[in-house]
Amino acid sequence: MTSSIDITVGQVAASLVLVALAVALSFWRRADLERDIGIAVVRSIVQLTAIGYVIQAIFEIDSLALVAALIAVMVVFGAVQARQRARKVPGAFLPLLIALAVAGASTLGLVVALGIFEPEPRFLVPVGGMVVGNAMTAAAVALNRLGDEMSDRSREIEATLALGATSTEAAAPTVRRALRSGTITLIDSIKTTGLIFFPGTMVGMLLAGADPTDAVRLQLILLYVLLGSVAIAALLATTLAYRNFFTAAHQLREPPQP
Amino acid sequence: MLFKLERVVLARAGKPVLRGLSAGLREGATCIAGPSGSGKSTLLRLLDRLADPESGRVLYRGEDVRSRDPLALRREVCLVPQLPALLEGTVEDNIRFAASCGEVEPNVARLLELAGLDWSFAERDGAKLSVGEQQRVMLARALALEPRVLLLDEPTSALDAEARAAVEATLLDLRRRLQISTVLVTHDLDQARRMSDWVVRMDAGRAVGEGPVRELLPA
Repeated sequence: MTSSIDITVGQVAASLVLVALAVALSFWRRADLERDIGIAVVRSIVQLTAIGYVIQAIFEIDSLALVAALIAVMVVFGAVQARQRARKVPGAFLPLLIALAVAGASTLGLVVALGIFEPEPRFLVPVGGMVVGNAMTAAAVALNRLGDEMSDRSREIEATLALGATSTEAAAPTVRRALRSGTITLIDSIKTTGLIFFPGTMVGMLLAGADPTDAVRLQLILLYVLLGSVAIAALLATTLAYRNFFTAAHQLREPPQP
Repeated sequence: MLFKLERVVLARAGKPVLRGLSAGLREGATCIAGPSGSGKSTLLRLLDRLADPESGRVLYRGEDVRSRDPLALRREVCLVPQLPALLEGTVEDNIRFAASCGEVEPNVARLLELAGLDWSFAERDGAKLSVGEQQRVMLARALALEPRVLLLDEPTSALDAEARAAVEATLLDLRRRLQISTVLVTHDLDQARRMSDWVVRMDAGRAVGEGPVRELLPA
């Protein structure tokens, strides 16, 4: 496969100087991040190299079934990873799995149906990865907030149940706040895009020598695709997960402490 | 009998709270009195099915509460919690939300008046009221459902003496005007004498006495 930009291993190695700088700063300020930075660097090298070979193989085989399998694996790992941040939410895995699967399938399906991208691995693999990754982050943040809020506001929620409200009504303000927290980061970054930061796709295309207008158009498409997937994932995850805090008789499973 | 509890057992976080509790609560003004940690508030939450016992039965007017729709039961038997926990918004928003749960059109001015608040409170932000005022809004909210029974969980525990006396006067006035039954949880025996006709005394998750206040708690 040909590329319009050639990056050598030496150039990648040179960029590790910045990692050394981050380690040095952590050591100097006693931030205790050296170990985490080390793990992050090693994992990024191993994981990206491995996925690079996988993607190369999928591009060469040119099979949509393989693309679907790769995205399914990403969805499962994404749900497992997001569950780590949603420890306070009982039974969080299934809502996360459904949220990521629906977000990934619906947004990819739509971009193909609308003719934005061709149904080919070289479009679907990178876009699918971005969609599932962003959906995972949004769903994890939303459920993390949901777990905290359900615990912090248990008095308010039970007081609402005591009025004969359903569990859906009692949890509505909490679910609303969780949904907002899952999506607001991307919305804010879209607001400031081009002003105080350049998104990754645009940077990558410019570095690869693409026309800036093309880079901007592709970036806009991806931002809107991500917005859709993030909204779907956060909405589905919170809508499915809040129910696990209640019994069928509209009782809080973990009532407030007396 | 308004409520009857039969050998009720319930644990929280693995610790037994109610240990085979049996008691009867009469129509009118009943008080559940006992020291902190005796299980009074937990008992109150069983009466409107905010929790269910692990074993034993809770009967409301002779019928097992588990056979009732929990939402309909809570609108008929309404609990006012120990600490105020209003929804975001104005006092009127809170009252209208409660009324919507019971599908009734609220007379906000009258409900505020019954709870000892004047009309000017309707537009005020609930979060900016004093604890005593918030507790009165909780009461107005509960009354918006037109309940037959009010469950009051230490409604004056967070108030100073003056505010406590005012809330007690409001509750006595409510009973007289609306003819509803009240079940009041308190650790204050003097309050139990002032506010009720029938008392259930609790200790360590069991009822240790039950009868008319003048007999069980002589002044």
